Amino acid sequence: MTELLQRVLPTVQKPARYTGGEYNEIKKDLQDVRVRVAFCFPDTYEIGMSNVGMRILYGIMNEMDGVWCERVFAPWGDMEEAMRSNGLPLWALESNSPVKDFDMIAFTIGYEMSYTNILNMLNLSGVPLRSKDRQGLKNIVFAGGVCAFNPEPLADFIDFFSLGEGEEITVEIVSLYDKAKAEGWSKEAFLLEVSKIPGVYVPSFYEHIYNEDGTIRQIKAISGVPQVVTKRIVEDLDSAYYPTKMIVPSTEIVHDRANLEVFRGCIRGCRFCQAGFSCRPVRKKSADVLYRQAVETLTDSGHNEITLSSLSTSDYRELKELTDEMIPYCAQRRINLSVPSLRADNFSRELMQKLQTTRKSGLTFAPEAGTQRLRDVINKNLTEEEILTTCANAFSGGWNNVKLYFMLGLPTETDEDVLGIAELVYKVIQTWKECASNKKRGLRVHVATAYFVPKPHTPFQWEKQITPQEYLRRCHLLKDHFYSKSIEYNYHTSDISRLEAVTARGDRRLGAVLEVAANSGAKLDGWDEYFNYKLWLDAFEKCGIDPDFYTIRGYGEDEILPWDTIDVGVTKQFLLRERKRAYEEKITPDCRHGCSGCGANQLLKEVACDA
Amino acid sequence: MPRLLFEKTGRGVWISHLDLMRLFQRAFKRADLPLTHTQGFNPRASVSIALPLSVGVESACELLDFELDGQTVSCDEICNRLNNALVDGVKVLEVYETGRKIRDLSLLHCVVTLEYDSGVPAGAQSAIENLFSQESVIVPKKTKNGIQDQNIIPMIRRLSVVSVDPNTIELDALVCCQNPTLNPAQLALAVEMHLPDYKADFSKSRRVEIYDQNENVFR
Repeated sequence: MTELLQRVLPTVQKPARYTGGEYNEIKKDLQDVRVRVAFCFPDTYEIGMSNVGMRILYGIMNEMDGVWCERVFAPWGDMEEAMRSNGLPLWALESNSPVKDFDMIAFTIGYEMSYTNILNMLNLSGVPLRSKDRQGLKNIVFAGGVCAFNPEPLADFIDFFSLGEGEEITVEIVSLYDKAKAEGWSKEAFLLEVSKIPGVYVPSFYEHIYNEDGTIRQIKAISGVPQVVTKRIVEDLDSAYYPTKMIVPSTEIVHDRANLEVFRGCIRGCRFCQAGFSCRPVRKKSADVLYRQAVETLTDSGHNEITLSSLSTSDYRELKELTDEMIPYCAQRRINLSVPSLRADNFSRELMQKLQTTRKSGLTFAPEAGTQRLRDVINKNLTEEEILTTCANAFSGGWNNVKLYFMLGLPTETDEDVLGIAELVYKVIQTWKECASNKKRGLRVHVATAYFVPKPHTPFQWEKQITPQEYLRRCHLLKDHFYSKSIEYNYHTSDISRLEAVTARGDRRLGAVLEVAANSGAKLDGWDEYFNYKLWLDAFEKCGIDPDFYTIRGYGEDEILPWDTIDVGVTKQFLLRERKRAYEEKITPDCRHGCSGCGANQLLKEVACDA
Repeated sequence: MPRLLFEKTGRGVWISHLDLMRLFQRAFKRADLPLTHTQGFNPRASVSIALPLSVGVESACELLDFELDGQTVSCDEICNRLNNALVDGVKVLEVYETGRKIRDLSLLHCVVTLEYDSGVPAGAQSAIENLFSQESVIVPKKTKNGIQDQNIIPMIRRLSVVSVDPNTIELDALVCCQNPTLNPAQLALAVEMHLPDYKADFSKSRRVEIYDQNENVFR
């Protein structure tokens, strides 16, 4: 650690997040290292270290001979200030080397509002922001993660994107770089070669040509690259790499526990959900493998909590077998087994009873919409009856805390749907009055509404976002219909969700806005402490870009979409079909009740879709 | 209750007290040394650290009390297993069956390092010596009830000023560490406030050893 860093650390909050040195951190001798990768997470240590994807790829790259992957996180504001005033460039935790000394700079991007952090981190590293301003093989910047499914807003900054699951493609990319470096290739030669790896999208090989009205006229693939790049997936999760020797942070992080992913993909098809479509097809891990990995991870890490994660854990076929093994193992060792994302079905209710330890955490539902009609539109197959039955069970078992999550601004939503939320909440309160075993402690119902953001690769990718004024009107309408003292109502601010809509469906022209915003100080936009809407509005103004074009305009079904060069497996025809069904208020049964023909099973060569 | 002596150095000094408690709990688990837990609604593992250490301070004399759940493991074995399960910068030096009552812990040998980037100013050493030989040196102390002025001299049993190199001097001191407590950082603050000309560009402190009232090493 440098003398300078030693002096800066006492002046900042939570210095342990900047020092590395945690249990299972990987160190290598630089003499044996040919390729150095700085793996950057565009948010704070506490958020980034909670990301399972990053842990998997960290392990995979470090298993490669001659490759050393180190971690880099966004500094909090106090540290950034200290770094800037002392001329301390951004460093990687393992070696404390400056990021600009690394061969490859990788970002994993899971949230649109972290885009400015990417630019800010490059800036703090002293690395030029724009791809074209970085010459040579040194400091090749690449990125992956769900946001790479519409990479265009970042196209000017990132040399190439790695699409989909990274277990295999990352090894191919880094191996190619190893070769390129040994043979002294130019950056151009490397980019051309890397573009031949399936799943790699090099934005500079795609020219975007616009119509007068601002829509895209043509996306021209040049240098012989494919017109459409298909994301990568791992077919067999049982044999896929999974790190059971994970870094255990020495300071508290957001998800401070072991984490096991039980399957990938989702059978549900909620029409607003990007992960639900872009993570298909469904592939499971067997209970045996999971149990073995759970034991290994827990034994090695010393964690006292483990989470079984997935997009919808109730849909894991072997959940009973797995939990039957895990519950006694965990109980004996004072390990808390947490199973989030359960549906309100009978098995889950039984499981909840079994998992129930000394502490009763709250119940959380995400009905997303207040009326059955609108829930049918969005294909959220959760009925009022399921919610109320689960609540009744829980209340009679002593629970007295419920969280309900909704969205406002969903397609076809009317005031009746908004007020349907209030009605549903009252039925929950009524259920408590009828079933509560202990009324003395009172009931808390937390209701939260989010501002609907249409996302790429979903049936709602063409939808209009409602205006912020309209969103706030609906929030207030709802608020005015909550009379009970038991209700605590929170609604998301409109500003962030509006920007999220812009960046989620943005095109290449947004690069200029991101750069201006970041240069004028936009950073940590996901944090209330730092989010500054005005910086963004000024940046739009300065770049002559109207955010409404990406939000309230809506996209035409015939329009070329900025992300049309990216194939996540589900076909556009399927998405259009689903959109039509939404407007017809028709649900589409989950994949287990019949394949709806999304197309994602075509990605599988060796196994069948496990939906 | 068994006790262990550990040191906190290098990157370990940035781990806060609460994080360190958590880190030890995990290390015990990794080392397959289950701890007893408190009864009640929020069971807590039986680990407690004698004198919480400020973030950024190095120490060679930290004490942690713990209780194993139904295992008989030798002290040496516990020490070895824990050290394999701990992180860079936190190291167990010794484990013993029982320790003295923490309330008998009374004095701390600490060293405060003062770094001057353009050399130690002439006269600094004697000026600092003079400062601490006064009867009263008032330094503000942050407490729960706001900032209070405090005379630190009665809490200093001995103090010498040592020249280390042209840029560094050290205050080598024996101070009270329980009832009342003098945070060694107050010594650097005293210099900064009362001798502004000799304010260091950077200061840090480390704990060297702990003693009882009679200056016997405390374990």
